[in-house]
Amino acid sequence: MTSMLNVKDLRAYYGQVQALHGLSFALNEGSLTTLLGANGAGKTTTLRAICNMVRSTGAIEFEGKPLSGQSTENVVRLGIAHVPQGRGTFTTLTVEENLQLGAITRNDRKNIVSDIERMYDHFPVLKERHTQQAGTLSGGEQQMLAVARALMLRPRLMLLDEPSFGLAPLIVRDLFKILGKINREDKVTILVVEQNAQLALELADQAYVIETGRIVMSGNAKDIATNEDVRKSYLGY
Amino acid sequence: MELFTNQVLAGIATGAIYACMALAVVMIYQAIDHLNFAQGEMAMFSTFISWQLMQWGIAYWWAFLLTLVISFVGGIVIERLLFKPLAKAPVLTNVAGFIALFAVVNSVAGLIWDFTIKQYPTPFGSSPFLGSQLISTHQAGMIGVTLLLLVALYVFFQFTRIGLAMRAAASLPESARLVGINTSWMIALGWGMASAIGAIAGILIAPVVFLEPNMMGGVLIYGFAAAVLGGLTSPLGAVLGGFLVGIFENLAGTYIPGVGNELKLPIALALIITVLVVKPAGLLGRPIVKRV
Repeated sequence: MTSMLNVKDLRAYYGQVQALHGLSFALNEGSLTTLLGANGAGKTTTLRAICNMVRSTGAIEFEGKPLSGQSTENVVRLGIAHVPQGRGTFTTLTVEENLQLGAITRNDRKNIVSDIERMYDHFPVLKERHTQQAGTLSGGEQQMLAVARALMLRPRLMLLDEPSFGLAPLIVRDLFKILGKINREDKVTILVVEQNAQLALELADQAYVIETGRIVMSGNAKDIATNEDVRKSYLGY
Repeated sequence: MELFTNQVLAGIATGAIYACMALAVVMIYQAIDHLNFAQGEMAMFSTFISWQLMQWGIAYWWAFLLTLVISFVGGIVIERLLFKPLAKAPVLTNVAGFIALFAVVNSVAGLIWDFTIKQYPTPFGSSPFLGSQLISTHQAGMIGVTLLLLVALYVFFQFTRIGLAMRAAASLPESARLVGINTSWMIALGWGMASAIGAIAGILIAPVVFLEPNMMGGVLIYGFAAAVLGGLTSPLGAVLGGFLVGIFENLAGTYIPGVGNELKLPIALALIITVLVVKPAGLLGRPIVKRV
């Protein structure tokens, strides 16, 4: 299997503070990988570094192309969709406008229309509310909208930052089911950062555990889920 | 009664200009969250450019179109050179930038075209509009052009992808970048459009106030009043505010004893303060709905 995203010796900084201390990992094409770790471990920073939203050094290669020095919008244009923490909903725009924005870099107008319909199939509640201001949606609905908006890019790689945050457990299950489906059917490679380790490990096939800016464990999601030591020391359940 | 109708109509006509200025102000405010104090001077400079083009023998409407293009490009250049580097600077730094721009543009216009008052032509003529003594054809033209502009902007922002991208960039820059929008160029585009809209305002008002480097001083204050009254986040509000301020100004000047022409300007300022105290979001400023 070829690796789609290659991260080598990634170091990131917020002002003087170093948040990542030489992170290296790779994502296989078509995989669903989860990045686990406690609060402040550097999960969000890792995603932000991939999209160049934080100052970082090290090499990041996407499908053989280096991403360093590229602006955030150009990284996105390469086919990397990022669902940020807090969902990044355009609250003053309508649900449908949010979806259209997801496809704003695409030029195939006909397909955009049919893709919006496809998103409504995935998430019927969005169809019901398509003319509503997105800010009026519930947290779960906004998370669905964020995922749908990211998919509108027709991404090759999707980065999700704590999609379960603030959602009811049942809604999280639904959402993860859909993520699995997208991964299998649409062949989108997914990297999901999660605090809900148990659920993320059920969903993912690969997993990395990160602690204070370093990778401390990596491997098959099933193995990590069943490894007693890992669970106790890093995942806390 | 005739005096009243007359004043209201005249108010709507000058209000059209305030509406244009307010639109330009709102445009830049949406993009960078600052009020452009130099908006009036930029408009004045554009008007001089169109005048110069006509002096060189170019027909009115060609000069008009060419001026819009030049102003659009000029607005983008000003943003790239002056305000892009200030994007992360504190508010006061930006204010200083605007005031500097104001002073420079004003002086340069004086240097090139001097401070003598010049006649400016109107393409609409100044005969009574439709045989009515109430407003002139030029005033009707000002109203018509403003309404056309508003419709064009509405269509642009609601129905084009670039308009949608501009709205997204204005409301949430980080998310906009995450869907692949080059937010920096959206801001520049906003500046270009604001500059062109200002040019329209300047060209339309020049036959009334005459052409000279300080022609837009009062107009910009009314434009600010209109933008604040209508809501700084709403282009439609800005236009509505423009018309209301125009009417209010004229009626106050006519009916409140002692106000007259001299005290009209403080009325605009009083209006700004009243709106900020009573309804800070303005008439149509969008109350943002948020569920946490």
